[in-house]
Amino acid sequence: MATLSASASAQAGTPGHPHSAQLTETLLVALLLAVAGYCALFVAPTEATMGLIQRIFYFHVPSWWSAFVAFAIVLVSNLAYLRSRNPKWDWLGVSAAEVGVAFVTVGLVTGPIWAHPVWGIWWTWDARLTSAFVLWVLYVSYLLLRNLIEEPERRAVISAVFGIFAAVDIPLVYFSIWFFRTQHPQPVIGDGGSLDPTMGKVLLLCWAAMLGILVLLVRQRYRVEALRWDVDRLRLDAARNGNESGAR
Amino acid sequence: MAFARPTAILLGKELQTEFRTRELLTTTVVFVLMVLVLFSFTFDPTSVESRRFAPGLLWLTLLFAGSLMLHPSFTREQTNDTLAALRLAPIDPTAILAAKILANGCFLLVAEALLLPIFAALYNLHVGRVLGRFCVVLILGTLALATIGTVFSAISSQARMRELLLPLLLLPVLTPALIASTEATAGLFDDTPYLSPQWVGLLVAFDAIFLTVTWLFGEYLLEE
Repeated sequence: MATLSASASAQAGTPGHPHSAQLTETLLVALLLAVAGYCALFVAPTEATMGLIQRIFYFHVPSWWSAFVAFAIVLVSNLAYLRSRNPKWDWLGVSAAEVGVAFVTVGLVTGPIWAHPVWGIWWTWDARLTSAFVLWVLYVSYLLLRNLIEEPERRAVISAVFGIFAAVDIPLVYFSIWFFRTQHPQPVIGDGGSLDPTMGKVLLLCWAAMLGILVLLVRQRYRVEALRWDVDRLRLDAARNGNESGAR
Repeated sequence: MAFARPTAILLGKELQTEFRTRELLTTTVVFVLMVLVLFSFTFDPTSVESRRFAPGLLWLTLLFAGSLMLHPSFTREQTNDTLAALRLAPIDPTAILAAKILANGCFLLVAEALLLPIFAALYNLHVGRVLGRFCVVLILGTLALATIGTVFSAISSQARMRELLLPLLLLPVLTPALIASTEATAGLFDDTPYLSPQWVGLLVAFDAIFLTVTWLFGEYLLEE
C-alpha cells in the first residue's frame, strides 16, 4: 500500500499533470525572497560600527534558524517513523536533513564572509562556531549512512536510530565546547537586546522567506524520495527474482 | 532479573569468544603502542610540554583504537549468522546489546590497564599519586566509547563500506566525551592534581543519556 501511495504522491510533480498550485507557491516564495532581499539591502538601516557588511546578517541568521527548524523536523520524523513504520516519515526525515545541511552550509559560508572584515579572521574556535561545525558533520554522516544501506526499510530504521543519537548529541556537544572555550572572548553574534526595531522586522521577513524556501525544497525532495523508494524496491525485487531463476 | 541473567550469560559468551583467541586485545594494544610511538616524532616527548599534550594524545589514540576494535563486534556475528540465533532466543533484545557494550568495555579496560604503565613511562607522567581518580575518568570515558561504539557497530555492520563508516559516525558523536575525558585527565596531571567536577559531571551525563537512548531505541537495530 505504501508503494501505491508513494507513486500517487510522486505523480503530482511529473510533467503532463496540472501543477499550477506548485508554480504559484514557487512564484510566491520567489516574490517574498525578492522583497526580503530588497528590505535587507535598502530598507534596514546601516549598522553603526560594521557598516554595509552587517547586512549579511539578514541571510546568515535566518539560515541558521531555518536549519534548526529542519533538524527539528528530522528528529520528529525519526521518532514518528520508529513508532508508525510509515515510510512517509522516512521521506520527510531525509528531505528535511538534506535541506537542513544546505542551510547549515549557507550559515557556515556566510559566517566567515561576515567575520573576516569585522573580526579580522575567517574562523575562530569559539563554542558556537565549533559546535556548528560538529552539527554539520553529524548530519552529513546521517546522509552518508543512508547512501550506504540498500534495502529501503532497513535504511529507514537504522538512519532513524542514528538521527535520534545525533539529535541527543547536539546539546552535549554545545555544552562541552562551551565549557571548553569559556576562557576565550565570546564574539557577540546577532545580539537581540540592542537590535533596531526596523532591523528586527527585516530579519523576521528574511526568515519567513527562508522558511518558504525550506518548505518548497523539502516538498520537492520528498517527491523524489518517494520515487526513489519505489525504484529501490523494484530493483531489490528484480535482483531476488533474478537470483531465484538463476538458481533454477 | 529477566534482563540481568541473559545479559550475564551473553557477556560470558562474548568474553569466552575473545579470550580464546585474544585477537582484538593484541591488535588493539599493538595499534595503540604504535600510534603513541608515532606521535613522539611530532614533538619532543621527554619535555615538560609533553605533559600538556599527553591527555589529548591518550584519549585520541583510545578513540581511534576503539573505532577499529569495536567494528568486529557485530560483523563477526555475521560470518555464521549467529546474530539471527541470538535474536531467536526468548530474551529482551536489549540484553544482546548490553552484553556487547559490557564486553567491549571490558576489552578496552584490559587494553588500557596494559597500556597505562607504558604510556606513563614513555611520556614521563606521575600516574601513581592520582591512580584512583584516574581510574574513575578512564572507566567513565571507556563506558562512553563502548556504548556509542557498540551501537554504531550494529549500525555500520548493516551498511556498505562498514570499516570506513564506523569511525565516521563515531567520532563526531563522541566529541563531548573526548573533550570531557581529556580535560578531566589534564586536571589530574596538573602540578596540583585535581578532579574537575564539571568534566566528570559531563561524562556521567553523557553515559547516562546515551545508555538511556540505547535502552529505548537500541532494539530497533537488531530487528528482522
